Amino acid sequence: MLSRDEFEATFVELIRRASTRLPDDVVEAIRRGRELEEEGSLAQKALDTILMNVDLARDQSAPICQDTGTPVVFVRHPAEVSTRMLSACFEAAVRTATSKQFLRPNAVDTLTGRNTGTGAGRGIPFMHFDEWDEPAVEVRMILKGGGSENVGTQYKLPESRLRAGRDLEGVRRVVLDAVVQAQGKGCAPGVLGVCIGGDRVSAFAESKLQILRPLGDVNPNPELAALEARLLDEGNQLGVGPMGFGGKTTLLGVKIGVLDRLPACYFVTVTYMCWADRRAAVRIGEGGEVQWLS
Amino acid sequence: MAELKLPVGEGAIRELNVGDYVELSGRMITGRDAAHKWLIEGRREDVVPYLEGSVIYHCGPVVRHNPDDSWDFVAAGPTTSIREEPYQADVIARYGLRGVIGKGGMGPKTLDGLMKSGAVYLHAIGGAAQVLARAVKRVERVFMLEEFGVPEALWVIQVERFPVMVTMDSHGGSLHDEVEQASGRRLRELVGLEP
Repeated sequence: MLSRDEFEATFVELIRRASTRLPDDVVEAIRRGRELEEEGSLAQKALDTILMNVDLARDQSAPICQDTGTPVVFVRHPAEVSTRMLSACFEAAVRTATSKQFLRPNAVDTLTGRNTGTGAGRGIPFMHFDEWDEPAVEVRMILKGGGSENVGTQYKLPESRLRAGRDLEGVRRVVLDAVVQAQGKGCAPGVLGVCIGGDRVSAFAESKLQILRPLGDVNPNPELAALEARLLDEGNQLGVGPMGFGGKTTLLGVKIGVLDRLPACYFVTVTYMCWADRRAAVRIGEGGEVQWLS
Repeated sequence: MAELKLPVGEGAIRELNVGDYVELSGRMITGRDAAHKWLIEGRREDVVPYLEGSVIYHCGPVVRHNPDDSWDFVAAGPTTSIREEPYQADVIARYGLRGVIGKGGMGPKTLDGLMKSGAVYLHAIGGAAQVLARAVKRVERVFMLEEFGVPEALWVIQVERFPVMVTMDSHGGSLHDEVEQASGRRLRELVGLEP
């Protein structure tokens, strides 16, 4: 395995990649959207600016968006590697990445209003650890911006306004409603991470995990795969468009996960990820070999 | 496409309509959540010359502090504007602003304020932090850096050809209202609800 310093340096590079390089599948989806928009429309102009921005950020190794978000990090590790060590190394990496301007100092003391100045704070970064049987450490992360986080939402089914019952048709109705409620405020075109079921703790985490799936990934459950495809198509018929300017490109992807629920509860939880869908992942082998997964 | 020099007079602003693409050059100031609350709690005389006839940019930038004590904008896209809805119309009227730059649009109180004061809402492309940072040529000075921190401070900047779209004008037009209504109608069609 790596030393503490090596872990930290690897995590700084992981954060740099997440902040400055948009994954290829996301760029491709934005390009496809751009071709569908009307020539000379505000929607097309918005997507052109976005594509130009993505190239500039990658070339200059500078943040794609100034809101570098909350690092939301999912770690899988063997029993021999300490979660406290990994957590300390990642937090140190956040501080270093902030001092190098890969991240904005993004943690504000909620009571005093003071910015901590370091990028780290209580609950920031958010980290989730799972022990697994493999000898490698795998770290997958997103940078989750605040504008899109503000339009994320959670529905309780049944929901009478939308006549949404406790079935997949009900899920479809509330997810489409979430897209309309969000308008352009989450920096459309967005990617939706949806969790059906779970509770108010687990569901938001699962919806974030869904955001880690590549856009081309097909849900192993055929019913959910069909719902993902249908929601992507219907979401793009709503006409919200890039930035909410109107147009054909409202969503880049829809990913759905399921958790079991209590008899009394049926939550549908939607995480809205902006077009700057900043995912990155790394795998660190038993012998310390580093493999970038995106 | 229109080029607009800042500071700007009411006449040029009244000529702008929803859907216009505009490039801004001149001096503007950033301000977001903490700044709007602060601007409305009293009249901040030091800041008045930077607001009058200019625009306020809803932006929390990433900045670099150089060894010679100067600053550079490293990333500088817009933040969501709707959070300033309670304050915006009053800030415009009190300080003589001619416009607001942000993203996501604003509500009826601001739209009314734009009509009364002769100002516009200019939409920058959310997340386009590099394209927009390149249009920022110089950081002149900063207010409330210690108190508010980097993202929330008021940064006085010189920009060149800063690209924006007019999405709310001084005649009561709002692209955001139009899109919201049309998408709401489409939703009701898709799920079979009464219009």
